[in-house]
Amino acid sequence: MPVTRRTLIVSSLLAAGLLVGCGKKTETDSDTLVVKIGSVAPLTGPQAHIGKDNENGARMAVDEINAQGLELGGKKIQLMLIGEDDQADPKTATIVAQKLVDQGVQAVIGHLNSGTTIPASKYYHDAGIPQISPSATAIAYTAQGYKTAYRVMANDEQQGRVLGQYAVTGMGAKRIAVIDDRTAYGQGLADEFEKAAKAAGGEIVAREFTHDRATDFTAILTSIKGKNPDLLFFGGMDPQGGPMAQQMKRLGLSAGLLGGDGLQNVNFIKLAGTDAEGVTASSPGLPLEAMPGGPDFKAKFEAKYGVIQVYAPYAYDAVHVLVAAMKRAGSSDPAKVLAELPNTDHQGVTGQLKFDQKGDTQGGAVTLYRVKDGQWTVLETVQ
Amino acid sequence: MDIFLQQLINGLVLGSIYALVALGYTMVYGILELINFAHGEVTMIGAMVGLTVIGLIMGLAPDLPGILVVLGGVLVAIPACMLLAYSIEKVAYRPLRKAPRLAPLITAIGVSIVLQNVAMLVWGRQYISFPRILPEGQYELLGAHISYLQIFIVVLSLSVMASLWFLVQRTRLGRAMRATAQSKEVAALMGVDVDRVISATFLIGAAIAAVAGVMVSAYYGLAHYYMGFMLGLKAFSAAVLGGIGNIAGAMLGGMLLGIIEALGAGYIGDITGGFLGSHYQDVFAFFVLILVLVLRPSGLLGERVASRA
Amino acid sequence: MLDGLRRHPTLVFIALGILLAVLPFLTGATLGNSWVRVLDFVLLYIILALGLNIVVGYAGLLDLGYVAFYALGAYLYAWLASPHFGIHLPFWAVLPLGAALAGLFGVLLGAPTLRLRGDYLAIVTLGFGEIIRIFMNNLDHPVNVTNGPQGINQIDPVSLGGFAFAGRHEVLGMTITGPYFYYYLFLAFTLASIFIAMRLQHSRIGRAWAAIREDEVAAAAMGINTRNVKLLAFAMGAAFGGLAGGLFASFQGFISPESFNLWESILILCMIVLGGMGHIPGVILGAILLTVLPEALRYIGDWQRAALGHVVVDPNDLRMLVFGLALVLMMIYRPAGMIPSRQRKREFAAEDGVAEQEQASLYDTKA
Repeated sequence: MPVTRRTLIVSSLLAAGLLVGCGKKTETDSDTLVVKIGSVAPLTGPQAHIGKDNENGARMAVDEINAQGLELGGKKIQLMLIGEDDQADPKTATIVAQKLVDQGVQAVIGHLNSGTTIPASKYYHDAGIPQISPSATAIAYTAQGYKTAYRVMANDEQQGRVLGQYAVTGMGAKRIAVIDDRTAYGQGLADEFEKAAKAAGGEIVAREFTHDRATDFTAILTSIKGKNPDLLFFGGMDPQGGPMAQQMKRLGLSAGLLGGDGLQNVNFIKLAGTDAEGVTASSPGLPLEAMPGGPDFKAKFEAKYGVIQVYAPYAYDAVHVLVAAMKRAGSSDPAKVLAELPNTDHQGVTGQLKFDQKGDTQGGAVTLYRVKDGQWTVLETVQ
Repeated sequence: MDIFLQQLINGLVLGSIYALVALGYTMVYGILELINFAHGEVTMIGAMVGLTVIGLIMGLAPDLPGILVVLGGVLVAIPACMLLAYSIEKVAYRPLRKAPRLAPLITAIGVSIVLQNVAMLVWGRQYISFPRILPEGQYELLGAHISYLQIFIVVLSLSVMASLWFLVQRTRLGRAMRATAQSKEVAALMGVDVDRVISATFLIGAAIAAVAGVMVSAYYGLAHYYMGFMLGLKAFSAAVLGGIGNIAGAMLGGMLLGIIEALGAGYIGDITGGFLGSHYQDVFAFFVLILVLVLRPSGLLGERVASRA
Repeated sequence: MLDGLRRHPTLVFIALGILLAVLPFLTGATLGNSWVRVLDFVLLYIILALGLNIVVGYAGLLDLGYVAFYALGAYLYAWLASPHFGIHLPFWAVLPLGAALAGLFGVLLGAPTLRLRGDYLAIVTLGFGEIIRIFMNNLDHPVNVTNGPQGINQIDPVSLGGFAFAGRHEVLGMTITGPYFYYYLFLAFTLASIFIAMRLQHSRIGRAWAAIREDEVAAAAMGINTRNVKLLAFAMGAAFGGLAGGLFASFQGFISPESFNLWESILILCMIVLGGMGHIPGVILGAILLTVLPEALRYIGDWQRAALGHVVVDPNDLRMLVFGLALVLMMIYRPAGMIPSRQRKREFAAEDGVAEQEQASLYDTKA
């Protein structure tokens, strides 16, 4: 049976290769200690562009810290970022989480989606490794009671509340239509928005749905047009928001468009073109331009990796929050770092970062922006 | 009324796009009985190549009218896609022509994964925006809006179908195609060069895919390496709905699917009193598809009873 | 050497048994605990592939919506053993229910599609798979049944007599974690599945399936009740899927509709076609290969570092590309699968005179 024999040879070669791959110790200078940090996001599939952006944000922070030189407890530290792909798939996410734990990472920056962050958090929790997600916003993530789960991004409830209130009181909207993309992010944000808008006295005249690979929204927009709203809220990301803004114009739907952090990025303006004018969107934290080091971060990032997609600044801040905790602890030991993380008070490029007891950002500010002359301009920051 | 009319227009345009892509599926299936899963990806490559060329032309001759620029993009995308489809057929499908039924299907899935990832390496992970250089005017019809581009897409799709029908029914190549579809062996005995006919089928399908790809990205204003998957899936469903292997069927299936989706998303909430909403748009579409197939097992216009599993 | 082994089947069985028994510890010690998880998923996918093989391989019904049954099993487990509804039934009660529910849906899908063949059936089953996923994604409203896209969290791990399969346990002085326990649980279910699949294949029903696959009209003429036999294939295959779904839910502790997309169905189909349709060893090999390959390809970066000193190409750029290429190449060079069944090999060879000669040299028929 030649089949089996060949298969055997192939698989043993494969296994041997794996052993070589794993067994190879990272070469270091004798007095430098390598501290591994994991970064997980989808790097293939439909969300790969946002995933790579997260990794780039984290990588930039790691490179900067390494260039400056980091010392913990008298030892020189070299940070090593291990970037992994979870394909936005919950099953793959748990395998990757276990792989990172096996590789002895001291902390993890990730994951990107709530759907992967939640199942993975169990493994970091079991291993006692701090996990800081730059972008997972589902409330459930930090509600599990894990002392290892943190995020540097306002959760759905925090951001949805600000958006809902602002829609009614700030924009004077009375009849509001809501669309979400049926992802954990879009649905979570839209639900919280709806609650807050109703509480503030707005009327929800339509609730429509799309999905995160759709490009044609004419049917739901036409249906919404028939309900005469004066504001349309979209819980979702820029690849849908861009064409949606265009199709609204084309259909003669005159309601304003409001979105969350998924829309508040340069890509949205590129995709919506001139129809982006007047669109309002929020982003947790303070405007990058207003923060010390913010414009500098933006310039450096864009020179190195190109335009910021969405969450790179949050990933960047997440690494700095982590390293600050390491410095206070004088060690990279996960247990000691975990003890220090609650005391975080970090001046990041996205805002002043403090954690509450659950690991959410405390009193996180949310800033509202509007597109004016093809640029996001700050409207106001809500505390 | 204006809302209903608008939904019909929405569905018609969406349906024309499905139909354009479905034509490629149906032609290949008609001859090889192969679900060419990679066809959606060929469409994506068409969009990507077209966009790249459009960017180049805009850099070289910024004053050129938009229509000419897009035409330039399409003219390069067509041969690029043809070359690609020709190579795919030659390298990946031809060696498997005698293989068990599902083997080429898996190969097609493999090819489509490869194309996606190559496109990701070449064009990056970002969504690429389509420059807004085409004339953007629109007509108003009883309160419904229809833009120039929408009209163009519908007309284009109808004329492509008509020419294809002419090609298959009235030309030598078309006769050879029909003969090959009936029986490769007998066609070969009658002097038909089967390999050439199959290559020609892939080439024609790819040329239509290239046009469809550029049109889709112009219409929605973006392109992405993953865009072919959903589009391909919907187009394939459309082809089956109309009766796969049948050119008019692909057109009818595409149009119907588009209109069903638009009306479904638009009215499902009102019909069910808010119990089901537009998130069941695809459920609605698939439900109609299943219903049609259960009642007419070979699609609306399909005649041949598929006998092989 | 292989002939020698064949003469002593008991020895082979004992050796295989010992290997399977120590495999997780061997893997954990050499490759790390993440590979024990991969092993668990390999077993899970073997169950899934065996189930789909009943429908596609035995009965010849092309099913592209198989993941729907996997989803039903997983969601039923989550409903009956998590804080979502506050119900906490033990696993031995929930798993059979999940298999039964999936089986029932298998019949529901099968009944209206009995007249469809080939690709029409494929598209209908694909639609069915999508419909189930879309319902799971949206049934958080008006009544919260599935918790929508947020998924269901904190699903109970399997526990036997108060011994939970999750977390850490001290056994004989060793610390053992969840994936190790699940390995043995999954292994037991996998072996049972293999046993059932083998018995089915050679049973009356199995022969009836083969008859339908080869020629439905002739099968009906021979007195086979094609309707019932086909429905049985759908139900049996679906039950395997439902069982695997329940195991998956308890193992992961969290499920959301993202886990049950069309891609999963395609992947499972690839496993059985790649391995050798209708042939159990082939199906198992396919499941192993396609589960291990993408994970092994994560090490492209490490291999580069070992060979060249630094990472030239980002492994994540190449991983899926290599996976796709592997699918294409394997099919071109082994169109009947890695280990085709003897019967299929013959069929394949008999279709064409030229192919027959080629095949004769390709597959050493002496084996």
